[in-house]
Amino acid sequence: MELNQYLEMFIEESKEHLQSCSDNLLELEKNPEDLSIVNEIFRSAHTLKGMSATMGYEDLADLTHKMENVLDAIRNNKISVSSDILDVVFESVDHLEDMIMDIADGGDGKRDVKDTVAKLKAIESGQPISSQEQAQALEEVAATVTQINEVEHMQYDDYEKTVLQQSSEQDYNAFEITVILREDCLLKAARVFMVFDILEKNGDVIKSVPSADQLEEENFDQQFQVAFITKDSAEEIQKKIMKVSEVDKVIVSTLTKDMFTTSATEVTQVEPITNTDTEPTPVVQPTENETKQKSSTPSKSQSHASSKTIRVSIDRLDILMNLFEELVIDRGRLQSISSEVNHTELNETVERMSRTMGDLQNIVLTMRMVPVETVFNRFPKMVRTLSRDLHKKINLEIIGAETELDRTVIDEIGDPLVHLIRNSLDHGIESPEERIAKGKPEEGTVILRAYHSGNYVFIEIEDDGAGINKDKVLKKAIARGIVTKESALTLTDKEINELILASGFSTAEVISDISGRGVGLDVVKTTIESLGGSISIDSTEGVGSTFSIQLPLTLSIISVMLVEIEDEMYAIPLSSIIETSIIKKSDILNAHNQKVIDFRGKVVPLIYLEEIFEVPREKEIDDEYQSVVIVRKGDKLAGLVVDSFIGQQEIVLKSLGNYLTNIFAISGATILGNGKVALIVDCNALMK
Amino acid sequence: MTNLVDQEFMKVIIFQLGEKEYAIPVSNVQGIEKLMHITRVPKAEKYVKGVINLRGVVTPIIDLRERFGLPTAEYMDSTRIIICTLDNMEVGFVVDSANDVIDIPVNSIENQPNVVGTVEVEFISGVAKIDNRLLILLHLNRVLMPDN
Repeated sequence: MELNQYLEMFIEESKEHLQSCSDNLLELEKNPEDLSIVNEIFRSAHTLKGMSATMGYEDLADLTHKMENVLDAIRNNKISVSSDILDVVFESVDHLEDMIMDIADGGDGKRDVKDTVAKLKAIESGQPISSQEQAQALEEVAATVTQINEVEHMQYDDYEKTVLQQSSEQDYNAFEITVILREDCLLKAARVFMVFDILEKNGDVIKSVPSADQLEEENFDQQFQVAFITKDSAEEIQKKIMKVSEVDKVIVSTLTKDMFTTSATEVTQVEPITNTDTEPTPVVQPTENETKQKSSTPSKSQSHASSKTIRVSIDRLDILMNLFEELVIDRGRLQSISSEVNHTELNETVERMSRTMGDLQNIVLTMRMVPVETVFNRFPKMVRTLSRDLHKKINLEIIGAETELDRTVIDEIGDPLVHLIRNSLDHGIESPEERIAKGKPEEGTVILRAYHSGNYVFIEIEDDGAGINKDKVLKKAIARGIVTKESALTLTDKEINELILASGFSTAEVISDISGRGVGLDVVKTTIESLGGSISIDSTEGVGSTFSIQLPLTLSIISVMLVEIEDEMYAIPLSSIIETSIIKKSDILNAHNQKVIDFRGKVVPLIYLEEIFEVPREKEIDDEYQSVVIVRKGDKLAGLVVDSFIGQQEIVLKSLGNYLTNIFAISGATILGNGKVALIVDCNALMK
Repeated sequence: MTNLVDQEFMKVIIFQLGEKEYAIPVSNVQGIEKLMHITRVPKAEKYVKGVINLRGVVTPIIDLRERFGLPTAEYMDSTRIIICTLDNMEVGFVVDSANDVIDIPVNSIENQPNVVGTVEVEFISGVAKIDNRLLILLHLNRVLMPDN
């Protein structure tokens, strides 16, 4: 069967299941007694195993299976949860993730997991973890597993055994039927259903391998086995099943009394071994476990409510977005035409259309929104591992994971956040001893918080660690030549904090592999600024630090203020504008060759866009009043002097193309209602 | 005479700058547009006239006269913008007029331009003589490359 078309879906779903595994594992670590969590993990692992086996990723299925055995033992109270055991399970989840990533990158998902498998196996048999022999012993088992699989008899539990026995006493024939479907069979579940339909009309199905549930979900390769009691003969049954199309082969073997009784005794022998024996357990054991859990899960697996969503590829959404952008441009054009023509009906229609477009815009934009959860959910595991490596006790709190952000922003924000969290863990939170000495709780807290505010999303990383040592930061910054001694004196506390974001800065005395190469934080800053966002730091020494990231909700449609200089139009993003004002020429002051104004008690430098953009002037205008747009970058303000304000408008951000790159103070272009191009002013570049 | 069977042709667009005729392979040309509003881009190279809205795509415009260091001329009715693509770049060239598409035999192209001494020599990949016309083939890569 051609599986490629399912590959993408498989990868997506596998990732989801692995995510839920690690989420629940973390949960389990907090509540080791809660077996319902184990069940939850088990279910994810189980589905994953089924899927990967179907897709032919044996290694993946195998490792999941081993993990499942351990979970099963936990669930059946054979072993109790400890963090050592969870470490191993986490390790397997990590391996599984890597395998999936490998498959996603076009690999075959193979990976050397012998150690982990050995550990899992050891846990399962109640042994202390990690011994080389175990690994070897296991290899042997693995070898035997691959050999036996063709005509293997099914194993039966006590109940099934009794049923078989009784039925044979009542002159029923017991058969083991192996049905092999054709390789190109498309609707496996349907064929299975048809086979079962025939069987159930002619007798009783005692059990099936894989279980009925799994068969329904198509979680099997090409073949399945059923134990069946009937009054018909083997031949008749075979003929009947062969009538189902796409069935390749049907093997019916008679189940004699001693066959199911011996196999049953075999099972009973095995049972006690699983608890104590360090020897590689016979092959039957996994199958036994498997059948057992299968019969016990069906009711639970149905509890998964299917949410009403569909998967749409991001490409299609991008196309939708592009088409919508075209519409936005045309809307602008229509609006300017209608205001020129001044026709009542036309005006009304355009007005209505604009409103509908507004709603449409909201929907198109929200469709591309993804909860930050998709980024946040990998952090608990990361924090757990890191805190162990660092020998620190750290509690990560996540608030507002449901906050939504544009997909493009989500894709980019992951790495900067990893950097920041690592930084907080490594440099922020102190060691338990230090914390106790300072009178703080032993366990450090890192809060990851996301929330909406206006057209922005804020993501904050707050820790209750040591905070930033300003003197140390200043000294280092001066030593590295990031600031001069003189200018260092004038810096505010916040500006000093932000020095750690400058490139070539590293404050950790001991460079660890977690953070502290001094490349991290300035990359964070650049990435965030390239997304049109900003980052600021608040810190009190001894109490903790807060890194606050401000991000725009969307990147493609923005609100701007259109301004005019001579006859050229420029767009200034509303996000940088504080306000607009008209000032008297006599209010302009001179300070160090720099024209400034007094704006609400603050001295704000003036930037003449006409000079910056070298706008050709026909004639000098000497107005008594000047239009100024007050813009902001972080805490800094500046006044952009323009000829006149045109108004506020929603525009579609366009790039200047590949030929014109790095134009000073221009971040892009847009197409106005009249079809002309207007350039977008990059206020960040104007203020250094 | 060369063997006629072996002759390969190259389709080119002919445009004029002053008295001279230039040629660009059709494969690089996306379209020829009439002059439209050009938005000036500040602090760009002098020969970059600005950007236009080419059916929703913001496209930069280069004035070829200025690029070649020729005396500037007023834009007229015949002035055209030739939209060219090269390596994912889309650029428009302002030319005096664009009036012809012809096939030129590949072997009529001489690699060594014999118009040595003119300013634009570095932007020329060859010349072709067809009947009485002398066509100058542009080296698009060099035209688009920024000066050092």
